[in-house]
Amino acid sequence: MTDLAPELGVEASQRRPRRWHIFVFLAPAVFIYTAVMILPLFETLRQSLFNVVDGEHVFVGFSNFATLFGDPRWAADFWNALGNNFVFFLIHMMVQNPIGVALAALLSLPGLRFAAFYRTAFFLPTLLSFVIVGFIWKLILSPIWGVSPWLMDLVGLKALFAPWLGRSGSALIAVSLVSVWQFIGIPMMLIYAALLSIPEEVIEAAEIDGITGWGQFFKIKLPLVLPAIGIISILTFVGNFNAFDLVYTMQGALAGPDKATDILGTFLYRTFFGFQLQLGDQSMGATIATIMFLIILTGVCIYLFGIQRRIRRYQF
Amino acid sequence: MSKARHSTLRTSLVHLALITYTLVALFPVFLTIINSFKSKQAIFGQPLRLPGPSTFSLIGYETVLKQGDFVTYFQNSTIVTVVSIFLVLLFGAMAAFALAEYRFRGNTLMGLYLAIGIMIPIRLGTVALLQGMVAMGLVNTLTALVLVYTAQGLPLAIFILSEFMRTVSDDLKNAGRIDGLSEYAIFFRLALPLVRPAMATVAVFTMIPIWNDLWFPLILAPSESTKTVTLGAQLFIGQFVTNWNAVLAALSLAIFPVLVLYVIFSRQLIRGITSGAVK
Repeated sequence: MTDLAPELGVEASQRRPRRWHIFVFLAPAVFIYTAVMILPLFETLRQSLFNVVDGEHVFVGFSNFATLFGDPRWAADFWNALGNNFVFFLIHMMVQNPIGVALAALLSLPGLRFAAFYRTAFFLPTLLSFVIVGFIWKLILSPIWGVSPWLMDLVGLKALFAPWLGRSGSALIAVSLVSVWQFIGIPMMLIYAALLSIPEEVIEAAEIDGITGWGQFFKIKLPLVLPAIGIISILTFVGNFNAFDLVYTMQGALAGPDKATDILGTFLYRTFFGFQLQLGDQSMGATIATIMFLIILTGVCIYLFGIQRRIRRYQF
Repeated sequence: MSKARHSTLRTSLVHLALITYTLVALFPVFLTIINSFKSKQAIFGQPLRLPGPSTFSLIGYETVLKQGDFVTYFQNSTIVTVVSIFLVLLFGAMAAFALAEYRFRGNTLMGLYLAIGIMIPIRLGTVALLQGMVAMGLVNTLTALVLVYTAQGLPLAIFILSEFMRTVSDDLKNAGRIDGLSEYAIFFRLALPLVRPAMATVAVFTMIPIWNDLWFPLILAPSESTKTVTLGAQLFIGQFVTNWNAVLAALSLAIFPVLVLYVIFSRQLIRGITSGAVK
């Protein structure tokens, strides 16, 4: 049997003719991936070091970055977008992920009825496109329609209603919460799957020791799903620092009011593609994309080398 | 033990919490759909009532179907999504098979190289991607979108599928080899049918971001004949901001296919996620 398996041992493969089928299997995927994803990515990184001077494309070193950080006009926009992006991310981490974990914990209670129905309902917003989500919430939050004031009146909070999307103090929070509403299904599902994979014996042992309810959740289940929480954190990070669509749909490319909801994605779009009176600038666009790349890469590295390795994994 | 698990009060509180969040999740969608069937006065007068005989109106849908070219947009989205998914599944499964089945120099390295794209979003290369598409004359074609979405979907597809390809029995493949099957036949006739459930999961994961994407249609294919539903709805609704009937009808039309697909595929999708396909 064994000498028929062609892949056993290096010696066997050296004696054999070139195995073209490996090449054929890999070639299409590697070709498309390299040509459409990797090369443009590196070309974009490379272009951040070039600019057009007197109509010629020349190497300018880090001067694009100097402009981005040094020129007051660029720097103000950049730091504003970066700061907003961090707020956007923090709101996701503090609202979306805890609620997602809580919902998953409730759903995974043994013997819960209608669990499939709840699951389906909670995941629905995640499937809707940004355009639908953005406009629905724009309508609901609109002071013209009066649905939100009416709903808040039900709980006696009508006085607190304000046109949140139109105020620079609250617009970013409102947009972030809409995004949380949309994506809560993802942490919920991943944590739910992790909770289901905890063996029954572990839970039974805890119950025999008298650990039930809240104590059981915090002392037994939560430590066991920490790796899944790590994954949802990094997914949230990458998704948030690359977000664009929801802000574009709800607040337009200018990310109003007064750039209060501008995040790196919308800043990149306006810069490289141009918008209204602003002309597209490919070099500065590439520069911003490079910064976004470095931010995401840093996040991923911190996760892979700092967090993932330290989280203790339990094998059952 | 049974007392701890089946306290009635606790169960009702759990259901109360879950029902509250169900309302939060579904209410906006419900509100949009019921109001799309009402006259303008009723939309503002009684936004939360179901459409009744006196308030029922299809004026919004009439406006949308007259003005927007939604059939074309819908076709474009369908073509782009179906072709991209097909290519992702075919090329992804082939590469996953090669990585899982054969030992060759650079196997691990190739696997890592293909996995970079799981974490680094393709959007960051948009500047050069647009230049490349302009150079190849592919701007404003559906081909450009298909290429981008195929590249975007491949890394995760290869990652998930190679996990599953490893579970295909070696004995089965070796039996095939003894019977004289070529490596291609082993892939297409033995391995592929066995990983079909995983392929369905990958298809759903690949489909959602493609169908909902706004960034690439906006940048690579904004012309009238290549607009996707998402971009078309964005521009259309933007034009009709003051016509609430039309906006609500357009939103309902955009929600409808997603709802139908979700009802059909929700089991598959949820099973895919919870079976640990995403590790």
